[in-house]
Amino acid sequence: MGKKDKLSGEKSRNASSDYRQIFHEVSLKHASRRRITDKIISILAIVCVIGAIIPLGSILLEVIKNGAAVISIQFLTQPPGSIGSDSGGIGPAIQGTLITVGLASLIGAPIGILSGIYLSEFAPTGSGKGVKERAISFFANTIRLFNDVLTGLPSIVIGIVGYVTIVLAINSFSVWAGAFALSIIMIPIISRVTEETLKLVPNSLREAGYSLGISKSKITLFIVLKYAKDGVLTGVILAVARIAGETAPLIMTILGTSLFFTGLTGPVDALPLKIWRLASQPYESAHAFGWGAALVLILIILILSASIRIIAHGKGIRVRTGTI
Amino acid sequence: MTSGSIHLNTDIKERVSSFLVGDRKRKKIGDKVFHGLVLGTAAYTLFIIVIVVFSVGVGSAKIFSHEGFIGFVTGTNWNAVEGRESYGALPYIIGTLMSSGIALLIGVPMSLGIAFFLAEMAPSRLSSPLSFVIELLAAVPSIIYGLWALFVFRFLIKDWIETPLYNTLGPYIPFFNQAPFGLDVFSAGIVLAIMIIPIVSSISRDVMKAVPDTQREAAYSLGATRWETSRMAVFPYGKSGLLGASILGLGRAVGETMLVTLIIGNAIGPSAIPTTLFSQSQTLSSLIANEFNEASSDLQLSALIGLGAVLLILTLIINIGARLMVSKMVKVSPGVRE
Repeated sequence: MGKKDKLSGEKSRNASSDYRQIFHEVSLKHASRRRITDKIISILAIVCVIGAIIPLGSILLEVIKNGAAVISIQFLTQPPGSIGSDSGGIGPAIQGTLITVGLASLIGAPIGILSGIYLSEFAPTGSGKGVKERAISFFANTIRLFNDVLTGLPSIVIGIVGYVTIVLAINSFSVWAGAFALSIIMIPIISRVTEETLKLVPNSLREAGYSLGISKSKITLFIVLKYAKDGVLTGVILAVARIAGETAPLIMTILGTSLFFTGLTGPVDALPLKIWRLASQPYESAHAFGWGAALVLILIILILSASIRIIAHGKGIRVRTGTI
Repeated sequence: MTSGSIHLNTDIKERVSSFLVGDRKRKKIGDKVFHGLVLGTAAYTLFIIVIVVFSVGVGSAKIFSHEGFIGFVTGTNWNAVEGRESYGALPYIIGTLMSSGIALLIGVPMSLGIAFFLAEMAPSRLSSPLSFVIELLAAVPSIIYGLWALFVFRFLIKDWIETPLYNTLGPYIPFFNQAPFGLDVFSAGIVLAIMIIPIVSSISRDVMKAVPDTQREAAYSLGATRWETSRMAVFPYGKSGLLGASILGLGRAVGETMLVTLIIGNAIGPSAIPTTLFSQSQTLSSLIANEFNEASSDLQLSALIGLGAVLLILTLIINIGARLMVSKMVKVSPGVRE
């Protein structure tokens, strides 16, 4: 064994010195050209970074500039005035967003967290020996794959799901349908973040619990989940920020209206939906209102994103706002 | 220490331990219930998948029996007039692929440049705030991209990019030969590119960071420059991950609805097939969004859901392919197991 190792070691040393020599010659020949290529690529990379930041700056600037011009107490609380006039406000849209997103979170957060707990604590990833372990592992991997598939579904398709299953069933556009559709977007995000966070909890904590004779459910809820609560919370906020800006599924579920909330089985309005309807109108005043609604929406989402950063700060929690 | 506090201590200890440990029977039942609960919520994902397939299938059954699947996918008409109803998805499939293709052609090289800068060039003092800014771009809702594209970007792109291209290349290459208007498949592709850059670049950065430093050190020790190191040692190692990131971006672009609806020009029927770069067009998702609330008949509604079915199939293929490739490279951190 020792001899063989030595031999192959020598061989690879020879080979690498060969390469080194070739590389050395090449590098001497083209040294200046290679340095210039390196510089050009570096400059191009910096140009790419600047190119990505300019649109962000422009978007934020335009939203703040145009939005701030229309923001007032009346704008935030009143229902819209007659079409084309600049009276009224977007009160119903703000209220509707809060209600729909709130209801979706009530459905999606518990399911997402519990599903993440299952994937992390009850379903070993390694291929076990027994039939039962392999079955569990297969089941969990299927769930993970389907969660990924759900994350990648176009939101408009999820809107169709809400329409066919709930709007057609109760024969009315409704908050329920919107919240159900949005919860479908939330669950895979929360489940995945929860799973990844719980997996980072040191095993010694679980073992300490077992050694005291504590049951698994209590270890999971009062030790593991408590230890990882900040990470789980960032996952939930991440999902809330994501659905707060969703528009497409709301078109076919909550429809949009100019009235305030009347009940969970009736239509409501929502900020992103309102922005779309306003942008499609041919009036200057509607466009101005659209910018105002965009400012309110972007503030909500930025506050949520900032709170994720604050919670995660210095705790080693990896956050990927919006890229899950 | 008095005997009273000792007494209190043991009392608390007993109560805590009886809460945590409980009696054996209750503990077993509690665990069973909890296990059932988490298992059920995990299985809810399967239920949702079934519901998705069921809803889209039931919703589009009518149109597929009216036109046939092949007929629907290859048809170009979109006519809702009663008695002459005819629906075809081909123009919107082409519009979807073309706008996403443009997005990919522009977005992927830029994303790789950004990832290269963040992972290989920038000191961490610079790269972590920059990563934050770029991820912020991902948090902006697409409807706001759309609003900005419709009222701001559209005029910029028309005056600064499209018109010069039309004036210089238009007379010679038919692909550029249409007076630009700002609302067309090219603008849609550019805004989509801006939208997918955050996701593609941040995953690409993760992939590059996952490449072991020994790879880099080996190249540096041979005298390679930074770019050569990336080209020879980092990119080939992370090839499948980088490809996966790009395809994930493609999935996003294909499914995107709102910003496309606002900027692609919303053409209908055979004229929605883009013949030039500056043609008005329509994508699968934008047509659904535009007509869903105005659908005049059940058949039209079913045709719109049929577009959703085509979109679903398209994104499923793209996403599963991408996930398989990314997961080869960037694994979920293994963590600790029992």
